[in-house]
Amino acid sequence: MNGTIPRTIFKAEHDEFRSHVRRFYEREITPHREEWEAAGQISREAWAKAGEAGFLCATMPEEYGGAGVDRLYSAVLIEEQARTFNSGPGFSLHSDIVAPYILNYGTEAQKQKYLPRMAKGEIIGCIAMTEPGAGSDLQGVKTTAIKQGDHFLINGQKTFITNGYMSDFVVLVAKTDPTAGAKGISLILVDTGTEGYQKGKKLKKIGMHAQDTAELFFDNVRVPRENLLGEEGKGFIQLMKELAWERMQIAIRNVEMADSVLSHTVDYVKERKAFKQSIMDFQNTKFRLAEVKTEIQVARVFVDRCIEAVVKRELDPATGAMAKLYASEMSNRVVDTCLQFFGGWGYMWEFPIARAYADARVQRIFGGTSEVMKEIVARTL
Amino acid sequence: MTWLPRTVFTAEHDLFRAEVRKFYEREIVPHHAQWEKDGVVPRSAWKKAGDAGFLCATMPEEYGGAGVDRLYSAILMEEQARANTSGPGWSLHSDIVAPYILNYGTEEQKKKYLPAMAKGDVIGAIAMTEPGTGSDLQGVRTTAIRDGDHYVINGQKTFITNGQNADLVILVTKTDPKQGAKGISLILVEAGMPGFTKGRNLEKLGMHAQDTSELFFSDVRVPVSNLLGDKEGQGFYQLMKELAWERLQVAISAIANAEAALQWTVDYTKERKAFGQPIADFQNTRFKLADLKTQIQAARAFVDRCLELVVKGELDAASGAMAKYWCSDLQNSVLNECLQLHGGYGFMWEYPITRAYADARVQKIYAGTNEIMKELISRTL
Ligand SMILES: Cc1cc2nc3c(=O)[nH]c(=O)nc-3n(C[C@H](O)[C@H](O)[C@H](O)COP(=O)(O)OP(=O)(O)OC[C@H]3O[C@@H](n4cnc5c(N)ncnc54)[C@H](O)[C@@H]3O)c2cc1C
Ligand SMILES: Cc1cc2nc3c(=O)[nH]c(=O)nc-3n(C[C@H](O)[C@H](O)[C@H](O)COP(=O)(O)OP(=O)(O)OC[C@H]3O[C@@H](n4cnc5c(N)ncnc54)[C@H](O)[C@@H]3O)c2cc1C
Repeated sequence: MNGTIPRTIFKAEHDEFRSHVRRFYEREITPHREEWEAAGQISREAWAKAGEAGFLCATMPEEYGGAGVDRLYSAVLIEEQARTFNSGPGFSLHSDIVAPYILNYGTEAQKQKYLPRMAKGEIIGCIAMTEPGAGSDLQGVKTTAIKQGDHFLINGQKTFITNGYMSDFVVLVAKTDPTAGAKGISLILVDTGTEGYQKGKKLKKIGMHAQDTAELFFDNVRVPRENLLGEEGKGFIQLMKELAWERMQIAIRNVEMADSVLSHTVDYVKERKAFKQSIMDFQNTKFRLAEVKTEIQVARVFVDRCIEAVVKRELDPATGAMAKLYASEMSNRVVDTCLQFFGGWGYMWEFPIARAYADARVQRIFGGTSEVMKEIVARTL
Repeated sequence: MTWLPRTVFTAEHDLFRAEVRKFYEREIVPHHAQWEKDGVVPRSAWKKAGDAGFLCATMPEEYGGAGVDRLYSAILMEEQARANTSGPGWSLHSDIVAPYILNYGTEEQKKKYLPAMAKGDVIGAIAMTEPGTGSDLQGVRTTAIRDGDHYVINGQKTFITNGQNADLVILVTKTDPKQGAKGISLILVEAGMPGFTKGRNLEKLGMHAQDTSELFFSDVRVPVSNLLGDKEGQGFYQLMKELAWERLQVAISAIANAEAALQWTVDYTKERKAFGQPIADFQNTRFKLADLKTQIQAARAFVDRCLELVVKGELDAASGAMAKYWCSDLQNSVLNECLQLHGGYGFMWEYPITRAYADARVQKIYAGTNEIMKELISRTL
């Protein structure tokens, strides 16, 4: 009678790693949460500390400053961040989305230039696909990178870019051939400080207040041709390669966040009293929370099965899309149901549930909207 | 349709599945409409299932079974659900009734009933529910009062699966009517014993080929050697032992049936046209089906993980309850959505979706209502 299906994907090493990560979040991240939310970003120091602890780019090969570990370590990092409701640090985007592009498609020089410093937290990466006029439909990006001698000349604008404000470089999605659709897209590395490249404001958001989501502007920016990442015109295909894993990262985060929300809620309803009994003792509370527990448990087993497939490099994109869709929709239902049990306190920022509620909403939007996920799944019917 | 690969079955299981599928196609599906009219599956079909080795397969060979693991039972349930033939009450007979005799029966009882059950010569039922009590089993009023070396049984049962066909009933009675759970004992009662009569074959919303009955007991004298277990008052605990497995059976059939329904619906919507295009091409259809596929995939991964635990004897009661509640709810919502996509044909009995919809409703009620499942799950919060 315990109602918890044992997780089988992690080994003792992973568990040990988890306890380090947990301590790190307790000491170095959570205490700063409010200050960072007010600032709209976390500190450089926090990045450096994460780098020092080995929590950035851990899956990169050792020769490039990583620890060469499997993606279960990334999963542990994502989970520990999610369970403490710290949506500020853009560590997983940096380590598990940006860095793999450089590893997979970068020249030796590019890898040497970026990866070891990314692992140390000295430089922060971001990836810029979305534009004011194009999000879901990536083929519609308008930012151009036109070849001129041994340079690209870049013009355009990006928005909603995670780590955008703090970033030291960006993996930029641009059209090297504006007359072509997907086939005209290339990825280009642009360093902060390059003339004509400017960051806009930190965007104000419903949630994720400590995350520096920004606009980026490119006005006649000249970058050398060797900043091309991978092949010209192959950007779209390169963006596809790790999509299943990128989406799984969101799925992993959402299951853990929901799980953490539930345990906060259970603690609260056992404590709080109304009509001379604890809120937990109302049958409505018991049943809603039993439903929530079940829903999380189902998602957990599904996502763990997908993680297993990720580690074996067997997860197909449609299943990755299912995991992202399922887990993010689930966590949104869960935070809503759970917030209700906190009554008015659930609306107060000092309660983690309020923050979780606000942070959760975007999970159905970024990384490909739920609707786009359904499009992908529908093609497999 | 592509799914995450299932990892619970071995090649032998797959071979077995192929045989079971053929059996359903040849021996069951062609007759099912007639059996629905008759309200019962004929004994001849039971015999055929026995000859094929599909009854009591998990029982030890010495008692007429094949001594195989519960994955074989799962395959039988899945194929029945896939064939959409709810008539045969074989899983109740093989995977609920027989295990009680194996777990608690004397050598004599096992020898007497199990081989005959495996052959399909003796049909089993279990009678807990009464007109006045279902969820609250402690409230059973059927009594078995000791009189020398006999019990004298009086009372009434209802909603009993296999009730019309049954040769052997595991009867839940009070040997001590003054007590609650501790007064309950299981007693083996055979058809034909004086005073034991079968009532109506109940008309139901669905499962029309399944014989569900009332049973009446009026001064039925049963030898004390028909007590199941070595002493009185153990019934309630005996009923608990395999609950996780019994409930998982509902989940197994629910998911297999939902998968089948999704496939019928994909096929149907690709075929059917409206406004000059297949209804499968409307985005609403695509998204609905993508969503259903995602939910089924998650539940499938969950149930398979539970199966893995059942085989190891490690599935806990609350997790079994989660599987039962979640999957039966999901099955019902899937069938509801799928029926809608069939339009008016979805309301016609000749379409499998219609029958499935009617059959599925009870999955949320029997084997413990979903409310009771939530009650159990909530105790683990
Ligand atoms: C906090 C945050 C961080 C982000 N981080 C990054 C980042 O680091 N890098 C980056 O490049 N982007 C980032 N994004 C952008 C994000 O990926 C996009 O917002 C998302 O892909 C949706 O694009 P859009 O906003 O242009 O919406 P649109 O594409 O305009 O969509 C609007 C609505 O239409 C629906 N829709 C679109 N197409 C279809 C269709 N075919 N069928 C049915 N419905 C459809 C969508 O689902 C949505 O509901 C971030 C966004 C946020 C909010
Ligand atoms: C087709 C079919 C086959 C069946 N086969 C068998 C069989 O082979 N053997 C057998 O013994 N029985 C069998 N049953 C009976 C079945 O197990 C019971 O119907 C079921 O357990 C519910 O009991 P009940 O009908 O008395 O409902 P009740 O217990 O009267 O419940 C009525 C409603 O009250 C709710 N409720 C009850 N208690 C609580 C609570 N504490 N909190 C909140 N809500 C509550 C229930 O969930 C339900 O919604 C079968 C039933 C059907 C329909």
